[in-house]
Amino acid sequence: MTQDNNAVGKPLSRLEGKAKVTGEAAYAGDYQVPNLLYGYVVNSTITKGKIVSIDVSDAKSYNGVIAIFTHENRPDYASLDLKHADMDAPPGKVFKPLQNGDIKFHGQPIALVVATDFETARYASTLVKIKYEEQPFETDLEKNLGRAREPKKGLATALKPPPPKPKGDFEKAYEQSPFKVSTEFIHGTEHHNPIELFATTVVYEGDGKLTIYDKTQGTVNNQVYVANVFGLHYKDVRVLAPYVGGAFGSGLRPQYQLFLCAMAALELKRNVRLTLERKQMFSFSHRPQAHQILKFSADKEGMVTGLSHAAIGETSLYEDNIEIVSSWSNRLYPAENTHFEYKLVPLCLHSPIDMRAPGGSTGMHAIECTMDELAFKLNVDPLEFRLRNYAEMDPESEKPFTSKALRECYIKGAEKFGWHQRNPIPGSMSKGNKLIGYGMASGIWDAYQFPARVEASISSQGKLLISNATTDIGTGTLTVMTQIAADEFGLSIQDVSFVYGDSKQPFSMFQGGSAITASTGVAIVVAAKALKKKLIKKVKALANSPFHVFQDDAIVFRGGKMMVKHEPSVSISLEEIIVANKGRAIKTTNMGKPHLLKLRKYSKATHSAAFVEVEIDRELKTINVTRAVTAVAAGKIINPKTARSQILGSMVWSLSKALREETILDSTLGKYMNPNLAEYHIPVHADVHDFDVVFVEEKDELINELGVKGVGEIGLIAMPAAITNAIFHATGKRIYKLPIHFDELLKDRIA
Amino acid sequence: MQSWKYTEDYHMNNFDYFKPKGIEAARELIVSIPNAAFVAGGTNLIDLWKYNLTNPSALIDLNHTGNNITVQEIDSGVRLSAFATNASTAYHPLIENRYPLLAKAILAGASGQIRNMATNGGNLLQRTRCYYFYDPDSPCNKRNPGSGCPAIDGYNRMHAILGTSKHCIAVFPSDMCVALAALDARVNIAGQKSSRCVPFTDFHRLPEDTPELDNTLGHGEIITSIDLPHKGFASNYSYLKIRDRNSYAFALVSVATGLELEGSIIKDARIALGGVAHKPWRIREAEDFLREKQATEKTFESAAAIILSGAQGFKFNKFKIELAKRAIVRNAAMALNPSIQKPGAQPS
Repeated sequence: MTQDNNAVGKPLSRLEGKAKVTGEAAYAGDYQVPNLLYGYVVNSTITKGKIVSIDVSDAKSYNGVIAIFTHENRPDYASLDLKHADMDAPPGKVFKPLQNGDIKFHGQPIALVVATDFETARYASTLVKIKYEEQPFETDLEKNLGRAREPKKGLATALKPPPPKPKGDFEKAYEQSPFKVSTEFIHGTEHHNPIELFATTVVYEGDGKLTIYDKTQGTVNNQVYVANVFGLHYKDVRVLAPYVGGAFGSGLRPQYQLFLCAMAALELKRNVRLTLERKQMFSFSHRPQAHQILKFSADKEGMVTGLSHAAIGETSLYEDNIEIVSSWSNRLYPAENTHFEYKLVPLCLHSPIDMRAPGGSTGMHAIECTMDELAFKLNVDPLEFRLRNYAEMDPESEKPFTSKALRECYIKGAEKFGWHQRNPIPGSMSKGNKLIGYGMASGIWDAYQFPARVEASISSQGKLLISNATTDIGTGTLTVMTQIAADEFGLSIQDVSFVYGDSKQPFSMFQGGSAITASTGVAIVVAAKALKKKLIKKVKALANSPFHVFQDDAIVFRGGKMMVKHEPSVSISLEEIIVANKGRAIKTTNMGKPHLLKLRKYSKATHSAAFVEVEIDRELKTINVTRAVTAVAAGKIINPKTARSQILGSMVWSLSKALREETILDSTLGKYMNPNLAEYHIPVHADVHDFDVVFVEEKDELINELGVKGVGEIGLIAMPAAITNAIFHATGKRIYKLPIHFDELLKDRIA
Repeated sequence: MQSWKYTEDYHMNNFDYFKPKGIEAARELIVSIPNAAFVAGGTNLIDLWKYNLTNPSALIDLNHTGNNITVQEIDSGVRLSAFATNASTAYHPLIENRYPLLAKAILAGASGQIRNMATNGGNLLQRTRCYYFYDPDSPCNKRNPGSGCPAIDGYNRMHAILGTSKHCIAVFPSDMCVALAALDARVNIAGQKSSRCVPFTDFHRLPEDTPELDNTLGHGEIITSIDLPHKGFASNYSYLKIRDRNSYAFALVSVATGLELEGSIIKDARIALGGVAHKPWRIREAEDFLREKQATEKTFESAAAIILSGAQGFKFNKFKIELAKRAIVRNAAMALNPSIQKPGAQPS
């Protein structure tokens, strides 16, 4: 069956764009509901120990305060860890707010003040008197590397398997190779910091029923979590998140404001809102500190012979948050001898949570800087070195890729950037008193697809309605899904509605891993096809239907009509079909899922190549990223505009990761010292110069019905390393710590 | 989205608000009300209040005390109102034309929005941006005298390398004041008995044993204006600010330089540093050294060595010593050729 293909591939602006920029769009903390109470969280000011006493009497008697919840008076909730484990919970014991008086990290929520208004709740929180018994703590990964151990295994291990088993004899190969490099990288902490603060508005509907406006990347995840924790029927909990002001992974798991807000609403039988403040956004979820040791070797032809990558990450005292850091190099570069390791050190910090390109941006930074160093030792151009070691098949799994257009990324990206102008000698290029450096790096990220259910219906007005519980975390999901559905039915965008961001709609996993376009998108295709079949059947069954002499595959849907492809005069409009159906909508609900059996024979990945120019002041060493190109191979691009925005945003973040962003951890005090957006530096306009994106054509008929792979994360994998490599090219100096402080480059002249 | 309601019961962090009509009335209020605070632009005070670092019982608004002529010519030079905004000062033709060093320094600070609110007097009185000072749960000798200084052994990238004490290594964060120090400005202060006039470099102080005191302004005193002498170094000047991002970040090191030349001979020179001490850092020996010398890189390297003599780095800010020396040399080159300067006080 063929359709008109009008919407897919078009650079449509976001359908909700106007609502967002005019302030019409309501976020979780915006909903106006009657008789609302407001919460404010009290956070621990110590890092480890016990609450000896918590005196709420002054706060409680303050006018306007309705209730104060602490570990001493909290209502009962599920005691089993399993009941608290959300879909993204790593192995370990989930953090349960107000469980007892134990303090496991600085900023741990220890009390909730509920009052008639926000200001009263906030003020009363200052009247809560807490006495602690402090215990010694460790928060610094670098000082605790010796305690690294294997991560625990659990359900989440399915999505995040341990590193691949060793191949060949790495030590011997490394020893015997004429060219080798050994590197050691340190990555600091980053916090997600979406601009929208975490907030929850719980509407108490009576009879143990809750309607919850929450900041989340997974409405169903949080629905099931609230139901499990508070012993409600999951049908009695509805979680809505139609607009999400960024999340970057921090919304993959239910956060403590949801727990506390739902608890208060149920106990007080009232509507409650709880909004965190910016400082509290540093008290849950972060990208963990990491320490990596790599050893790569090559033969005299410049072919990689050995790859060894060991990573140590940080986790909390209660969960083993796992990232895939050290598993990437052999998926890009063939090597007969490999050795990979991934370990964790538990520290007195809150659990890390996946942050945009988790693990990949950390591991690939180290891998691509090490490759650059090896290329330099070999005296081979870094791009040429990648091309020489280009893997047509996935060397790690020895399976073919469903598609891989990385070579085109290298070629098109290099061409657009002007890579051929690069003089290979470090420090050889300059402009006035600025040194110029060119650097490049490769990127790889998984192409995930989750099962998803979609309801498709033709409404009584003859319009197409599509629904699914997924969120749109600012990525353009609403627009992209509408485009996919419109094309399936040959309809214009205006005749399609996508209902989303609501746990009541058919199932979606959380929006993470760059997976939603493939997951919900494929389910839309499946449901649309099923609906078309149903419509054809209905129409054929009508008395005197001219359609029944035609095969189903001769019938198409175009312009709001069902028609015979080669005899367009034989047609019926969608509205007429509904009239014939006595005005009743016609609907179907279907599941889209990955073709696991077929795909088991293949490796699936998106790829990218980043090219960067830096300008470095010859004496002062200040660094500017003056130009960057990222070329991406991610299957079919449904909407080039929203996809480009995803990559551009990742490129700004790459600049941030390489040169700006850093949560400063004082390991003596055991806390983060810059929990605000004045001192937690992200790039300003004056930092962002000429950035460009290239999407290379990548036809993939194997990966899924749409041929899409997702673009949420791939833009953040290659560019941090490309920046680091460009700095080397400009100065001859390698920096092994992110973020890079420009003053590292001053050290060469300090006596 | 919050709906405001105000009732008599509503007494959290309650404070009084006064709008005195003159400086004298304002002064009388501050001495008679315990724990009262002056407010002008409020760009720092409100932050401190939100962070629970201060909790005044009353705000005395200085915006209606008269004396609001932004910039005016006086016999000895030019007078800046303490109550004029940073933005209106920087963009005033008298400042742009005669004191471009000051204009450039002001525009290197904060953001457009903040400069539109912040006043000149308030700029002198802003508090340090030390992380530990801003965290009410951490010890800090400046905030809570005697509690200790975790910055000395902690994360001290932004901290001082000159004039530190064993009690405090905080940095005074202003850009504007670095230029005012270089330009030999004077601060006019209204006091209880009479008004006084303080040379700019004597206004701020070093932490010594009393780091809680940022400056020499007494309780009940008000800065009314800042005077600039005639000499504005409008031909050869530069303000260079080196920081961790290109805008909206405090200086790691900044330099204000003004030069007076005859051919290639230096007749007069001013160099002040920001981001390195508890006050704008100006060493007159270095300026004396430069006088009558050839304006060469070597000359300025020697001056830089004098200015940085005695500098002491800590674990994370040792780089500032070398950086400051290089910045002094670079900024001299930029001052010798102002036409090459880029916007934003970046190196050129």
